[in-house]
Amino acid sequence: MSAVLQNLVNQPYKHGFVTDIESEVAPKGLNEDIIRMISSKKKEPEWLLEFRLKSYQAWLKMTEPEWQNCHHPKIDYQAISYYAAPKIKAKLNSIDEVDPELLRTFEKLGVPLHERMALAGVAVDVIFDSVSVATTYKHKLAEVGVIFCSMSEAVLEHPELVQKYLGTVVPTGDNFYAALNSAVFTDGSFCFIPKGVKCPMDLSTYFRINTEESGQFERTLIIAEEGASVSYLEGCTAPAFSTNQLHAAVVELVALDNADIKYSTVQNWYAGDENGVGGIYNFVTKRGLAKGVNARISWTQVETGAAITWKYPSVVLLGDNSVGEFYSVAVTNNYQQADTGTKMIHIGKNTRSTIVSKGISAGKSNNSYRGLVKIAASATGARNYSQCDSMLIGEECGANTFPYIQVLNNSAQVEHEASTSKIGEDQMFYFAQRGVDAEAAVSMIINGFCKDVFQQLPLEFAVEATNLLSFKLEGSVG
Amino acid sequence: MIYQDSKVLLEVRGLCASVNGVEILKDLDFTVKSGEVHAIMGLNGSGKSTFAKVLAGHPAYEVTSGSVLFEGQNLLALKPEERARAGLFLAFQYPIEVPGVGNGQFLRLTYNTVQKQRGKEELDPLEFDDFVRDKMKLLEMNPDFLDRSVNEGFSGGEKKRNEILQMALLEPRLAILDETDSGLDIDALRVVAHGVNQLTTKDNAMVMVTHYQRLLNYIVPDYVHVMEAGRIIKTGGKALALELETRGYEWVSAEHQAAASVPV
Repeated sequence: MSAVLQNLVNQPYKHGFVTDIESEVAPKGLNEDIIRMISSKKKEPEWLLEFRLKSYQAWLKMTEPEWQNCHHPKIDYQAISYYAAPKIKAKLNSIDEVDPELLRTFEKLGVPLHERMALAGVAVDVIFDSVSVATTYKHKLAEVGVIFCSMSEAVLEHPELVQKYLGTVVPTGDNFYAALNSAVFTDGSFCFIPKGVKCPMDLSTYFRINTEESGQFERTLIIAEEGASVSYLEGCTAPAFSTNQLHAAVVELVALDNADIKYSTVQNWYAGDENGVGGIYNFVTKRGLAKGVNARISWTQVETGAAITWKYPSVVLLGDNSVGEFYSVAVTNNYQQADTGTKMIHIGKNTRSTIVSKGISAGKSNNSYRGLVKIAASATGARNYSQCDSMLIGEECGANTFPYIQVLNNSAQVEHEASTSKIGEDQMFYFAQRGVDAEAAVSMIINGFCKDVFQQLPLEFAVEATNLLSFKLEGSVG
Repeated sequence: MIYQDSKVLLEVRGLCASVNGVEILKDLDFTVKSGEVHAIMGLNGSGKSTFAKVLAGHPAYEVTSGSVLFEGQNLLALKPEERARAGLFLAFQYPIEVPGVGNGQFLRLTYNTVQKQRGKEELDPLEFDDFVRDKMKLLEMNPDFLDRSVNEGFSGGEKKRNEILQMALLEPRLAILDETDSGLDIDALRVVAHGVNQLTTKDNAMVMVTHYQRLLNYIVPDYVHVMEAGRIIKTGGKALALELETRGYEWVSAEHQAAASVPV
């Protein structure tokens, strides 16, 4: 059995190609001049440059977090280029003007940019290195008042909205990587769903890192006004390089009274090779503010890629009766490391949160769940339910759970369940004895394990996630 | 049932197998013809369950010498899933739990896999549902079993019924029941035995591994074998099981040693 499995394990990362395109890359290193350069490239207003410079000053005084259960050589922040963009002649009027090489790149990745070819019902913004290259269905969305565009564009066309919300959920000095992002962020997506509007289609951003020694620092801001709702999807891939690239994003969500934001991620950054060489450092700060009464924010993530993942999509439950959810599948193989989880901060009365985390470790990887449930003194009647399950495949991987619970209100109910299981020889043998081959068996076991999370994903993502997982874990059992 | 004209299904010759370097099966010979029901009995550690697992191809066991022919084919050259598809079935002593995977979904996957191999029609979920419900009646199983996760939270008896249900679906040529009677109360035992008896035909065969005579009251064996130290030391008919029940195993062992020490 294990010979077959060994053959399956060496499946290559299929998104690892590099697009040969003329790019404009900033000199390596970080200083105020670089920040001014980025800001002027983007023709930003003065307040945003100040925001950046203030963040840079804060960052200089901070140190990298070291509490996470991940290990990597010290990152030289002066050896990274903070801006890389494919050369584009002029402002694009339509998708047909996008460089054909870029169109081919995204088609190869399964993200067709022509609206006539695109997935029905999903609008896509695509980010290539530091810039957004295209956004589909913009006009159709505008008809109902939904703004969906790149962050750069939002800064120029809707500065009042950006200024009102940027940095309100993740303050500039929140943490080392958030501060760095606030100083140098280049692009990302901006979504605004006005009062009472249910966004008529799913919004989606596809991130692609292409340049070898650049970082990607995107910034996403989603605002759902009173009674608005939106489902947002995010996908990511990168070429296979032998060096590590830094991806330090910040995502902020704001949900006002009765608003509903559902944010789903399928993260498939290059994870490094089977010896742990190369791969993306995915150091991301994602946070939602359930600001109004009955607001609801739901994070669903399927984390399969990246050499290191450091990520805690969180919800601050400020509004009374607001709801926060976190559904996560994190898969690590070979030498990957993941330290991921969530924070649910209950402030409003009768706030509720649900955490379902499924960690799967294979190879020599290390997979940790880290989560905080905090019930403030004001959060009368708050409830939380957490379930953290780990699955181990093989003998050399690790799984850890670090739950932190702080309760300052006696009326709160907090439940935490955890389990660890193992796909072992006996489970595989059981399937084999019924005629089922290893591939189909692993796929079925993993999908069963992740069912509670996958059923939260939008349909087309659920299919992709299922395939991605089977693909990634093929051959790791035996 | 013993038929005069039946074909040899399984032929084991001089089989030796070890786990973690410890030899468990030592020069084992065993033959099964179609239509027959065999019982393998013996003390704990005599190698009964190991023999069952070695036939099914469990990766933890290493065959060091000997041969196994299954319908004339070299069984040892086949992977476990190929053995299953060729018609060898093992009802597990401890069926594995698979959380989150619906039992119905699992049963359909296994059924269709084997059907495909045999060049027969695969069933879609609705067709399969009708088909499997019919089979479940045989084992007096509640249809709720289809919606629960595979073996998860099943009682000992429910797990064993689920094993026999799989046997009913896969229609093996040779079924090995590894201590299917352990953990069953008397009512469940009767139901499971009845199910097994319904599945016995002239073209298939059954090997029961058991500690107790009790099961053999319900599924009557044509042959009873006693295993000791990795080999079969005595073979008899149904009466042998009854004798073991009253006299224990020691006399068989003594008889075997006496026979072995007689110079030829």
